Amino acid sequence: MSPGAVHSAEGVGGGAPTGHVATGALDTTHGVVLYLEDISVSFEGFKALDGLSLAIDAGELRCVIGPNGAGKTTMMDVITGKTRPDAGTAFFGQTIDLTRLAEAEIAQAGIGRKFQKPTIFEHHTAFENLELAMKADKRVRGTLFHRIAPAERDRIAETLRRIRLADAADRAAGLLSHGQKQWLEIGMLLMQEPKLLLLDEPVAGMSDEETERTAELFLSLAGEHSLVVVEHDMAFIERIARKVTVLHEGAVLAEGALAEVQEDPRVIEVYLGR
Amino acid sequence: MGPLSSGITRLYGPRGWAAIAAFAFVAFVVFPILALVVPESSPFHVSAYWVTLIGKIMCYAIVALAMDLIWGYAGILSLGHGLFFALGGYAFGMYLMRQIGADGQYRVNMPDFMVFLDWKEFPWHWALSDSFVAQLLLVVLVPGLLAFVFGYFAFRSRVKGVYFSIITQALTYAAMLLFFRNDTGFGGNNGFTDFKRILGIPITTDEMRIVLFCITGAVLIGTLVLLRWIVTSKFGRVLAAIRDAEQRVMFCGYNTVHYKLAVWTLSAVLCGIAGALYVPQVGIINPSEMSPANSIEIAIWVAVGGRGTLTGAILGAGLVNGAKSFFTQAFPEYWLFVLGLLFVLVTLFLPQGVMGLLQHRRPAPAPPPVRSAPETPGAPRARAAQ
Repeated sequence: MSPGAVHSAEGVGGGAPTGHVATGALDTTHGVVLYLEDISVSFEGFKALDGLSLAIDAGELRCVIGPNGAGKTTMMDVITGKTRPDAGTAFFGQTIDLTRLAEAEIAQAGIGRKFQKPTIFEHHTAFENLELAMKADKRVRGTLFHRIAPAERDRIAETLRRIRLADAADRAAGLLSHGQKQWLEIGMLLMQEPKLLLLDEPVAGMSDEETERTAELFLSLAGEHSLVVVEHDMAFIERIARKVTVLHEGAVLAEGALAEVQEDPRVIEVYLGR
Repeated sequence: MGPLSSGITRLYGPRGWAAIAAFAFVAFVVFPILALVVPESSPFHVSAYWVTLIGKIMCYAIVALAMDLIWGYAGILSLGHGLFFALGGYAFGMYLMRQIGADGQYRVNMPDFMVFLDWKEFPWHWALSDSFVAQLLLVVLVPGLLAFVFGYFAFRSRVKGVYFSIITQALTYAAMLLFFRNDTGFGGNNGFTDFKRILGIPITTDEMRIVLFCITGAVLIGTLVLLRWIVTSKFGRVLAAIRDAEQRVMFCGYNTVHYKLAVWTLSAVLCGIAGALYVPQVGIINPSEMSPANSIEIAIWVAVGGRGTLTGAILGAGLVNGAKSFFTQAFPEYWLFVLGLLFVLVTLFLPQGVMGLLQHRRPAPAPPPVRSAPETPGAPRARAAQ
């Protein structure tokens, strides 16, 4: 679970997608967990991303802000394999080429994603949601003959406590409150044991108390994991931010400490000043 | 508790197993005695008509189970499952045609339709038709392979929802047109009929009917238990998750194409087996089995019984086909209206089908109140309808 250097001699980024999950170990020897360079994506003429470059350090907690349409969600789509970039490179560690992998392979490699709208399995119980997300053999045969081990049960129970859903373990996830759903989705991410967590508006619809607890959780995760948080809630950003990236029209407008960024006249003009 | 007994209790509770045992007792003991031992003069005698009718409905129930697996659990609505059923039927029908031997109208060791077409030798795809074992393998392999190849391309290209349903409908229609042609070598629009023997044993005796009936009953029970085992496993929970939020499943690290392909192919194979059991009991197979309406009817059985319950699929197949054999005799011209009305009523008032109705009648613990903040627009109305 250490975020430190995992040495890996053979890279796997070069091969074509095989349909099987065959990603090598994450190699963060240079201290960078995610590396995007000159990424461009356009949808029928509209440039959602226009030469975006971004590097996230191992163990870092990075906040990404920007007005609507700045390309925040598209950036996450590119990282998680949902959208293929028209140009540019996207590497996970030194060796894993994200532009060549399918969604499931990227997830297996260690990138977890929380969607803007909470996306959980509404007809499954909270326990089952975590069970399905848990790091395991996720191929057909392994899943068919899977029998839950006591250690796995304990891990799920521990995560349920951590996301404060221990009392709701057997409740259908669709019956949870909005804030609880957000937490359940974060819990599913934790069960995947990802190296990098992408969190799209994680505190939307949460009460102040829930927001505060989320901030504490994220701060405790940083270091062990790397986090990229997209949020509009500036109070929340202020609470957790170390380094902030401002996106505008599909590219990085400014990057630095929150106070620096807030004083940048270009940022004030496009975003904070309005 | 050993792993086996815990596995058994995972599938069904005592009541469920008792119901299955009761069904097995009736199918394998009571029914054969009433049909073979009780004399025809007795009011308890079961005639060949009833043995065939119920045997046929059990074949349909297997198809309904196969449909429920992919529609009720994985959210894939096929409107072409009649194709896989018919392919299984044709594969076994070829063997039955060869078993006629020289007892056909032309007294030649060749199916009548080939003699009629003036064919001198068997076409290539009849090469193995003399072998019981080979044709049984084809019953499984042909629908399975077709489903696998079709499913691979459809799921890999992420064809979903109504688009997938329409393509399956087109597939079965295209196959029907192909099988209507005499040149295809499957008897054109007449198909196969006038079967005489299986493994040299006459097919129209009461004993043979009961044997086929019991095999069908055993396959039905086996299918139910197998599918129940699948849907109560972690694999089954992944399937239901794919139905509800496929993208989330992918981002959890599951390759959903493999999952969908696995159940889709299994479903087609089960339909093929059902078709192979159907043909010797009903005594005919022709391309009308591939008509789009037949495949739509399969979906109606499952909708009436209740999706995602397995038991409901069996109930639905029994109820709709029971009603069908009553109406097509009593009021033949009204059957399609009744079927259409049934489908509309079930969609409007019984979204959970007959199973939903049964479960509502039973005093169940009240579900926890819905506290979810954002509601989908359709949800309150759907609850009111229940």
